[in-house]
Amino acid sequence: MSHWTQVCATDDIETEDLIRFDHGGQTYAVYRSPADEFFCTDGLCTHEHVHLADGLVMDYIIECPMHNGQFDYRTGEAKRSPACVSLRTYAVRVENGYVFVDFG
Amino acid sequence: MEREPIFRDYSLTGKDSGPGFTPGEWYSSPIPRKRMKQLMRRSDRKGLINNALWIGLTIATGCLLVLAWGSWWALPAALVYGVFYGSGADSRWHECGHGTVFKTRWLNNIFYHLASFMSLKNPYLWRWSHTRHHTDTIIVGRDPEIAFPRPPSLWGMFINLLYIRAGLKEFDRMARLAFGIMTEDEKQFLIEAERPRAFWTSRVQLAIHASIVGLSIATQSWLPMMLVGLPSFYGSWLHHVLAATQHAGLAEDIPDHRMNSRTVLMNPFFRFIYSNMNYHVEHHMYPMVPFYSLPELHEEIRDDCPPAYTSVLAAYQEMIPAMIRQQKDPNHYVRRPLPQYANPTPHYVRPNIVFAS
Repeated sequence: MSHWTQVCATDDIETEDLIRFDHGGQTYAVYRSPADEFFCTDGLCTHEHVHLADGLVMDYIIECPMHNGQFDYRTGEAKRSPACVSLRTYAVRVENGYVFVDFG
Repeated sequence: MEREPIFRDYSLTGKDSGPGFTPGEWYSSPIPRKRMKQLMRRSDRKGLINNALWIGLTIATGCLLVLAWGSWWALPAALVYGVFYGSGADSRWHECGHGTVFKTRWLNNIFYHLASFMSLKNPYLWRWSHTRHHTDTIIVGRDPEIAFPRPPSLWGMFINLLYIRAGLKEFDRMARLAFGIMTEDEKQFLIEAERPRAFWTSRVQLAIHASIVGLSIATQSWLPMMLVGLPSFYGSWLHHVLAATQHAGLAEDIPDHRMNSRTVLMNPFFRFIYSNMNYHVEHHMYPMVPFYSLPELHEEIRDDCPPAYTSVLAAYQEMIPAMIRQQKDPNHYVRRPLPQYANPTPHYVRPNIVFAS
């Protein structure tokens, strides 16, 4: 069952960047791609639980700010060690200038 | 009666091993997000200029060594070539290991494997070892890269100018890993999925070094070994002189890189060889900032950090007396002063510390 939650305005995230969003005791990362698409993943690196919101977005890759673990934030796939476990991703929709995420 | 000092167990499986701090407990100087993004940005152009210059100088001085071979001119040629090969490679192994030098990932990987070979390092083992070093910087029983455990060995530091202790350890490790043998400490940080790659890389590295030795024997000349392999020993002294300043004599078990790392101002040549690792507080606080942006990062946070040492000599003048005192006093360390308006080290509970008598 879908539970869409309003996360932020689209303008709150710069192109090729991300923000942290805390909800229900969990931390998430919401991304805006170079093509102005929006995505959402878990907010902590699967390697050592560092906040990805402090990391660098390069194209469709989010890089952990501590150890350079990398993920494709569209699919959550771990792309570079020491990140070996993929991130969970969440459905996103944009409506009237706001970003909504289905946290399930 | 004077009691014998009790020193701690620095192994990762010993009595002083245990949990470290969580990522959120480590102190970071505040930097606006926009500025941080600028500092973290990668540049293939900057990475290529630096590395092309390094490779070019290494090859050029290597050619000089070949041309001068058989004359006394070979000695100065070897000294210069050795520094570019041995010292230049060690810092570049490190930078490319962080994956921050180039925007293009395969460029990072190529230079990482090349510099790892030139530094006698296993790229997979060291990537994971160094990952742990950044997670648990100078946390006893957690950090596998504490170069100067107390009591620090001054003799070891001296002979390591020729990479004798650490280099032979790397050769031993190369041989062990080639046969698939790991120590218990290595098993603590190298995940199973990476082990086959580590083993195969050691086999390839060992085969190349064996071929070079074979070539030297076949040609009845030291020249092939002077060009590949031996420069890691006779040429890495500059790297060791500079790198010894990183953490020696400073605090252990504190989640604040301003207290356990040194930033030392150096001349442009040293910074080129050393890939700006003299900005070591900055590097540890924000490891994803590429080496070419560290001077800017230094300016950004300098008011929140202890004053940088004005020279390598100034760092040694503080470091060596502290290391001498640590021979008998395991609780002694250099306390770094923070500027008046800097943020203090956040409250923390030292993990698993055992005070010596």
